[in-house]
Amino acid sequence: MYKLLLATKYLKTRVIAFVSIISVTLGVATMIVVNSVMAGFQTEMQDRLRGLLSDVAVMTHDTDGFEDPDKLMKIIHECQYVEATTPTHEMWGMMSFRVMGQEEQRPVRIIGILPEGKNQVSPLAKYLLSRQDKDLSNRDQVPEVDLNAPVTWDLSATALGVRKDKIAYDLLRNSETVPDGSGSASQVASEAPLTRTADSGEGPLFDNPDEFRIEDPNEFQADATPIDPTIPQPARVFVGSGLVSSPVPNRETGEIEVRAFINPGEDITLTTLKSGTPQPVSFKATVVDLFKCGMSEYDSNLVFVNLEQMQKARGTLTPPDPKHPNDNLDWKTGSVTAIQIKLTDYSKAKLVVEYLRERLAGMHVSVETWEQQQGPLLQAVEVERAILNVLLFLIIAVAGFGILAIFYMIVVEKTRDIGILKALGASSRGVMSIFLLYGLTLGLVGSLAGVMLGLTFVRYIDSIEECISMVLGRKVFDETIYYFHQVPTKVNPGTVIWVALGAIAIAVLASILPARRAAQLHPVQALRYE
Amino acid sequence: MPSILQIPNSKTRVSYLRALAISRAYSKGQVKVPVLRGVDLCVGRGEFVSIVGKSGCGKSTLMHLFGLLDTPDTGEVRLEQNRIDDLPAATRDELRNRIFGFVFQFYHLLPELTLLDNVLTPLMIRYSAWEYWRRRKEFREQACEIVKKMGLDHRLRHRPSELSGGEMQRAAIARALIGQPEVLLADEPTGNLDAVTGREIMDMMARLNEDEGLTIIMVTHDESIARQANRIVRLTEGRIQGLEEAA
Repeated sequence: MYKLLLATKYLKTRVIAFVSIISVTLGVATMIVVNSVMAGFQTEMQDRLRGLLSDVAVMTHDTDGFEDPDKLMKIIHECQYVEATTPTHEMWGMMSFRVMGQEEQRPVRIIGILPEGKNQVSPLAKYLLSRQDKDLSNRDQVPEVDLNAPVTWDLSATALGVRKDKIAYDLLRNSETVPDGSGSASQVASEAPLTRTADSGEGPLFDNPDEFRIEDPNEFQADATPIDPTIPQPARVFVGSGLVSSPVPNRETGEIEVRAFINPGEDITLTTLKSGTPQPVSFKATVVDLFKCGMSEYDSNLVFVNLEQMQKARGTLTPPDPKHPNDNLDWKTGSVTAIQIKLTDYSKAKLVVEYLRERLAGMHVSVETWEQQQGPLLQAVEVERAILNVLLFLIIAVAGFGILAIFYMIVVEKTRDIGILKALGASSRGVMSIFLLYGLTLGLVGSLAGVMLGLTFVRYIDSIEECISMVLGRKVFDETIYYFHQVPTKVNPGTVIWVALGAIAIAVLASILPARRAAQLHPVQALRYE
Repeated sequence: MPSILQIPNSKTRVSYLRALAISRAYSKGQVKVPVLRGVDLCVGRGEFVSIVGKSGCGKSTLMHLFGLLDTPDTGEVRLEQNRIDDLPAATRDELRNRIFGFVFQFYHLLPELTLLDNVLTPLMIRYSAWEYWRRRKEFREQACEIVKKMGLDHRLRHRPSELSGGEMQRAAIARALIGQPEVLLADEPTGNLDAVTGREIMDMMARLNEDEGLTIIMVTHDESIARQANRIVRLTEGRIQGLEEAA
C-alpha cells in the first residue's frame, strides 16, 4: 500500500515528475500525430494510385497493341475472380491548345477507353471535376450530373454553353485583331474545324490537314459543307486537370487559386503516332470533363479519349464506311494495348496474376497488379514511414533517458526517505517497487495524456494548420504543392495502443536502474545522508 | 527461532536482547575505522537502557545493530537467545517492522505524507495492499487513538513541514508505536528539541516503559536525559566502559 501511496505522492508533489510526464506526453502525441498523418497520407496515396488503375492489368509489350481483344477478354473472364474487364489503348503523344492566343503544348499519355468500362474497373467517375464537390476555383458551373450517373462522352449543357461562348468570343476577338475582316476567316478556320462530313453531323477529325501526314485521305473527301463550329468533335476527352490548370494568386484575397485555361466544351488537339511506322498523326478532340485524382503523375499526364477514335487515329481501326469515318466504329476490330481487370476479391490478386501469366504465356504480355505497377512509389512511402518511426522512436528513447536522469535525481533526493522506509521494515524489493510503480504511473499518465493530446491534434489538424499558417504568414500545407486539400489522417487504434504501451515500457525501463539503486541503498547510510 | 508472533509479551528481567562481542568498522577509502570493538550488552525485557558517550564512540552504531539496520563484522545479536543478525534480509526487514520501533533525532518523517499517513506507514509496510485496504478503518482508528494520546489529534491532516519539532518527534513516537513493537530504539530523541519539549518527550517514553512495559534503548550524550533510564551504558571508543543503574 505504501508503494502506491508514495508513488502517487511523489508524482503529485514533484515538479520534476511533471516535466517527465510532459516529455512522455509530447513523445506519445508526436508519434500518434505523425503516424496518423503518415497512415492517412499512405491510405490516400494508395487510394488515389489505385483510383485510376485497375486491380490487375494485362499489357502488351508491342506499342501497336494486340488484335482481337475480345478473345483475350473472354480468356481473362474464365478466371473465377474476375468481375469486370475493359480494353484500353495507350500511347504517348502531345496535347496542344490555345491560351490567350498562344499555342501551348503538353506531353501526355493518351489512353483510349470505353468510359463505362473504365468506370467499372476503376472509379473514374468520382474524379471527374463536374462530379466533385470541390471544383477548380474559376469553374463556376454547378455539378449538374447525377454523381452516380454512368460515365459517357456526352457533353453537359453547361459544357455546350461554354463551347458556344468560346467560339463566339474567338470570333469576336479575331475580328477585333483584324480590323478589315479580311483575315478573320482564316484565323477562325485555324481554331475551328474547317469542314464536316455530310452525314455524321459532327466536326472533322483533323484541325489542319496540311500540317500532318494523312494516311487515309478518304476521311477528308467528304463534301465541304460549311460546318457548325458549336458541334463537338467526334473525339472526346477527359483531361487531367494538372495539364490545363495552374495555381494563380487571387488579386483580391491574395490566396492561391487553381485556375483552368481549358474548360469542358472547348477543343484541344492531340498528336500521337501511327501504329507500324512512327508517323505523327493529329486530331482534334472536345473536352468533356477534367479529372483530378490528386496524383500529379496522373493529373498532369493522362488524357482519356474514346477508344475507337484512338484506334482510328493510330490506324488500327478502319472505318467500315470510308465516307462516314466516324460511324459504326467497333473497337473490337481494332487493337488494344492493355486489358484492365477488376477482381471480385483483391486478396486473390496474386493467384489471378499467376493464373493469367500461365494462361497467356505465349502472347508476350505482362500481367501485373496495380501495386506491382506502382511498386517503387508505394515502397518509397513505406520506407519513409518506417524511417520516420525509427527517428521518432529515438526521440522517445531520448525522453526515456531524460526520465532515467530525473529518476536518478529523485532517488538521490529521496535517499533519506528510503532509509526511513527501510528502518520501518520496508524490504529492498518494496523500495524498488515504489520507483518502478512511480515509473509505471508516470508512463501511464504521460501516455494517457499523450494519446488524448495526439488524438485531439489529429482531430483538429486542419484548424491547427490554419492557425500555424496564419501565424507564420504562409501555408504550412499548401494544397497546390501537396496532393490533398486537407491534411490526410488515419488513426490506427492498434498503432495508438502500441505507441502508448511502448512509452509506458520505456518509462518503466528507465526507472529500473534508479529503482535498483534505491533498493541497494544501505539503510544506515541512507538515514545519515545529508 | 520461534515465530516473531510467538514472542511472549511478559515483562521479565531475563536477557531479551543481547549483543555478543560485536565489532563493527567502517571503511574510509583504504582505511578501516573501527567503531565498535567487541561490545557485550544484555538488555532485559521491559528495561529502559540509555547508551551514553561522546560523538563517534559507536553508540548509534550499536543501536543500529540492535535494530537490524546494520550487521556486525564479528559477534552476534540475539533476541531471546536466537541469533537474528545473520537472518535473511527479508526476515530481518520483517523483524524490524514487527519487533522494533525507531525514533530518530531528526524525526525522519516522510515529508510528502500527512501526519496520519506517516503514523500508518509501518502498518502499510507490514500488510499487503489488499489486507491493509480491508482493515483500513481499524488501522485508522488505532492510529487516531495513538495520535490522540500524543496530543496531536488536531494535526492529523498536517504535513511534517507544518509541525513543530516537538510535534514531529511525538508523531515519530506514534509511528514507532503503531505496530506495537517489543523494543523502542531511540537515537538522541531530544537532541533537536528545546529543554521543555525534550522533557515532555522523555516523560512520554518513561510512561511507555512503566505503563506498557516497552523495552527502550536510548542513545544520548546528555547525562540528565540518560538518567531517566533504568540503566546507563557508557561507551568509549567502541568499548563499554561502565554500566550503572540509574537512581
